[in-house]
Amino acid sequence: MSKMNVVKLQVPVSQEDVDKLEQGDVVYLTGTIYTAREGVYKKVLESGEELPVDIRSISNVNFHCSPAASPNAQGGYDVGAVTATASFRFGKWMKNWFEVSGAKIIIGKGGMPEQAYRDVFVPNGARYLSTVGYGAGALLGRGIKRVKDVHWLAENGIAQAMWIFEVDEIGPFIVDNDREGNSLFVKHENAVNAKLEKLYEGLKPPALKRYGETTSRADEVIGEPDTQPIRIVNAMPTERSKD
Amino acid sequence: MSRKPIPQQLVLETATELMSRAAIDIPSDYKQALRAAASKETEDLSCFVIKTMLDNYDVAEEDRRPMCADTGLPRFYVKAGNEAVVEGGFVALEHAIRESVAIGTQQIPLRPNRVHPLSRKDNNNNLGIHAPEIEYTFEPDGDWIDLVTVHKGGLFGTDYRMLFPGDGIDGIKRFFLDTMASFGRRGLACQPAIIGVGLGGNKDTCMRIGKEAACLRTVGDVNPDPEVAKLEQELKDLGNNIGMGPMGFEGKTLVVDCHIEVAYTHTGGMPMSIHSFCHSSRRAAARIHSDGRVEFRDDPQWFTDFYRREGIE
Repeated sequence: MSKMNVVKLQVPVSQEDVDKLEQGDVVYLTGTIYTAREGVYKKVLESGEELPVDIRSISNVNFHCSPAASPNAQGGYDVGAVTATASFRFGKWMKNWFEVSGAKIIIGKGGMPEQAYRDVFVPNGARYLSTVGYGAGALLGRGIKRVKDVHWLAENGIAQAMWIFEVDEIGPFIVDNDREGNSLFVKHENAVNAKLEKLYEGLKPPALKRYGETTSRADEVIGEPDTQPIRIVNAMPTERSKD
Repeated sequence: MSRKPIPQQLVLETATELMSRAAIDIPSDYKQALRAAASKETEDLSCFVIKTMLDNYDVAEEDRRPMCADTGLPRFYVKAGNEAVVEGGFVALEHAIRESVAIGTQQIPLRPNRVHPLSRKDNNNNLGIHAPEIEYTFEPDGDWIDLVTVHKGGLFGTDYRMLFPGDGIDGIKRFFLDTMASFGRRGLACQPAIIGVGLGGNKDTCMRIGKEAACLRTVGDVNPDPEVAKLEQELKDLGNNIGMGPMGFEGKTLVVDCHIEVAYTHTGGMPMSIHSFCHSSRRAAARIHSDGRVEFRDDPQWFTDFYRREGIE
């Protein structure tokens, strides 16, 4: 088995604990965490709506995720699997979100560009944890002990609502950025890039190019955050299960 | 041949069971292949990621919860024996399939992923216009119906390109590398996975057979055409030589298997599509016999000699 350093943290996380995290550490969290992604960011940071709760007093860990949740007979919600969504799309909101929420840990899929780490995460003393394998939804689902609360479910729907979860050793997550803002993903990408050109050697390029085709194989396909607003309509369960 | 109609209720029950198996139970061919990959992987991080995936499969099965919260876009493939009769006809069968998607979404539960592309309206049951996709093929003789469901994501790891005959195998390999290396970064394609490649046909055929190759053929299956089978092995090796593993970390596990399907195409072109299945190969299949027996199995058995036929017969 691989030699991974495992760290278990209580949430809210202390700045001291966050600062001790090393790139590549495997992290498990216990306490209260919440979900917020574009649906929540738009409401708070673009429409200027008040947060439904004082999130600072509840948690400083923001999970970029949409749970597979459904209403249960007790009037609450059952959460089956939980999986992160790709975080790079949310980069443009993070600076203001840190100010509003006081978040110290962002959990998501795939990390963010190093520039975002340096410009936004480092000044806020915040770190990014990536989910592992991306499909480890059942493992993460097991880490959720209960749904403590859910906000903006009617307006935003299940996927974009703000879920507050009580968690017990939820994980594993991998620490992506170090204290200086360097990314583990980028480090590995660079190692892959170093060998990539060799694989293309001797393979002639196709006759028809693609318009605007990128010419550098070290480029990423993740680009600028999307600028088109997403409208969310009628994304609410209309009936609760009676049985 | 008996021609006893298959009850609509049996179609509904079978399809509903398939919905849950696809979301929760990992097909044995894929799980074994991933275990084998884990034992060969030498990079620490890639190894840790694969082992976490395997742990996750165990938890999903123990807890009966979906292995991933992005439960994909459920869709169905139906293969009907030529002698099969369904109570109420195929409209009733399609009704049962659509109902199974709504039931599965609520009961398992699955994430209601399907929304209108512009308004983003969500019916909260994974149903909508052209959703789920249901594809039909036929086989001579049988009085059975095969139902297969596939729960695949679909945001990353898929691409199409019009290549030309002069681009040859080089062009195929380049496009394969382009797609693997771009979507593999940060693991956007949810690798490692079974990779399907469609070669030829019209654009829609090319996309369809490539996707079917990824989603409906098991690990270890090879194309009956030796030339195509050789290319399958070459592309698999090429992908695993990129040096990229799960999540884009350094590693040698990117392609669990590569399946290629071909279709006759325009004389001037060689269109190619690439599809990365989700890293858990969420598929489930069953045969409903006319006597009411239902056999569940891992192998969809979608690509038959008849399905790949060249002539009139």
